[in-house]
Amino acid sequence: MREGWINAVILALLAAVPLAAWALDEPFVITLATKVAIFALAGVGLNFVLGFGGLVSFGHAAFFGLGGYAAGILASHAANYEPLMSWPFVLEGSQQMLVIWPVAIGVSALAALVIGALSLRTRGVYFIMVTLAFAQMLYYFAISWPSYGGEDGLSFYVRNGFLGVNTFDPLSFFTICCGLLLMALGLTDVLRRSRFGLALEAARQNPQRLLSVGIRPYGVQLVAFVISGALTGLAGALYADLNRFVSPNMLSWHTSGEIMIFVILGGVARLWGPVAGAGLYILLEHQLGGISDYWQVYLGLLLLVVVIFARGGVIGVLARKQDHD
Amino acid sequence: MTAVLIAEQVLNGLQYGVMLFLMAAGLTLVFGVMGLINLAHGSLYMVGAFACAAVAGWSGSFVLGLMAALAAAAAAGALVEVVVIRRLYARDHLDQVLATFALILIFSEGTRWVFGSFPLFLSVPPALSGAVMLPGGIEYPLYRLVIIGIGLGIAGGLFWLIGRTRLGMRIRAGEADREMIAALGVNIDRLYTVVFALGAALAGLAGALVGTIQSVQVGMGEPVLILAFVVIVIGGIGSIKGALVGALLVGMTDTLGKFLLPAGFGVFMEPAQASAVGSALASMLIYVLMAAVLVLRPRGLFGDA
Repeated sequence: MREGWINAVILALLAAVPLAAWALDEPFVITLATKVAIFALAGVGLNFVLGFGGLVSFGHAAFFGLGGYAAGILASHAANYEPLMSWPFVLEGSQQMLVIWPVAIGVSALAALVIGALSLRTRGVYFIMVTLAFAQMLYYFAISWPSYGGEDGLSFYVRNGFLGVNTFDPLSFFTICCGLLLMALGLTDVLRRSRFGLALEAARQNPQRLLSVGIRPYGVQLVAFVISGALTGLAGALYADLNRFVSPNMLSWHTSGEIMIFVILGGVARLWGPVAGAGLYILLEHQLGGISDYWQVYLGLLLLVVVIFARGGVIGVLARKQDHD
Repeated sequence: MTAVLIAEQVLNGLQYGVMLFLMAAGLTLVFGVMGLINLAHGSLYMVGAFACAAVAGWSGSFVLGLMAALAAAAAAGALVEVVVIRRLYARDHLDQVLATFALILIFSEGTRWVFGSFPLFLSVPPALSGAVMLPGGIEYPLYRLVIIGIGLGIAGGLFWLIGRTRLGMRIRAGEADREMIAALGVNIDRLYTVVFALGAALAGLAGALVGTIQSVQVGMGEPVLILAFVVIVIGGIGSIKGALVGALLVGMTDTLGKFLLPAGFGVFMEPAQASAVGSALASMLIYVLMAAVLVLRPRGLFGDA
């Protein structure tokens, strides 16, 4: 099967499942599909550096969590009518997604700039460990900083608004999340084909050669890392809105591992890989969770089989013998 | 704040650092020799703690428990190496991270399946409980002193093993040139299994020793695993000496930071706020240390090149 056809099938499923669920009045299934779209968006962010850039970041939970906390903090301040800060200028909270998203993107992009600037000085296994360590740093900070709930997390009771749409309606919220996912997919596709994307690809394959044509790999990789962090941060803000709750769990290394699983399960460096991976993950969680409380044993076994035998993930297996792209 | 209190905290930091060394030594050996990132190392720590708690609870003997911890962790390590890990040596780090992450899920949930979700308790053996008086009027728990002693003893033994024995020679040769020592007739597969089992046994021992101080529960290995990674990254991956220095540095920084920072902020802040800010910063301190080391020396303190 051609990869293009597989992508079309994934898109059709992503759209058809919630619509069918809506017709059958199964709001829980729509929520699951929303979760898929949000996780997929986080995965699209990670895939940009991990797949296209070859940079194995094990700390993307940092951006996911920061995006989530940005949404949670703004919303809870707005709900309590407390300004975020009153000096030197008054900064109010907000319950508008159109305000929250840019803040989440900005905060996580800034964090990605700092983390990336330091981490990209290292290579290979050191890079994996350093990104992990930065995420852990934020995790422990969130746990021990009491103002925003500390270990218990922070809940806010009203889902944030988006223009005039009723965001409490599951299908509307799904549409918003899915729209953002498609925009992110479009953006990464355009970037991948651009001059910048080619340079990023070259930085993965042969940094020396890239340097010799006059482009420093460091700068290219840093920009990619910032874009990647920003996309994952946006997903974090949506995830906070889905649950109306943020907790340090979003920053934990399990979250980093899960985002990585979405990417690998679907197929590394495949544009639609994270969507397929997130969909499969949620499906497994739901199905296996019904069979046994210890479903993660089966998930672990399946993951082992995928890593050892089915390299290239789901899309890789289906699109066998096709080149990437 | 008295000198005695500080001395106690220094001993606590030393004990913590020594435990981290037992974890980090296995990780750094496995990475140095086989080039493998093993996230499941924390699971072997957990296996050791559970084996010790189960056997000590059943037989009433802590020594038997410790031996069970060593045996169980080494056996689990050897089994995992033969069944899974062996297929990962030639793969890139991404596959290794993912496969060993999968192993964590299997180990953690499997342990929960067998032992349930409630923590087990492992008490300090009566002969080692109580406190001793150290010179200078420092009263310190005997058990923690014994841990420091065991840890330093094992560190010494490990340096001897790597530096002075035939096995150590092979391990070092395997680090330098895998094909060459295979050509010289060393069974490289068996060597790798032995190294992995050795690292696993050290992790299991650490788990059993710490299990008496903290509770024995599923997921206990993961925070320690991440700290052990911080240790080997600071020390330079593959270097046992780096692991020892890094472990002591991390143990001291963490313990003294948690103790001194809140007190330090208390000088110019109100107590409640000072303890909040101080403990928040203290929990980040080792990661700051690691970032600083990597900025100055991207391959760690004792890493090559």
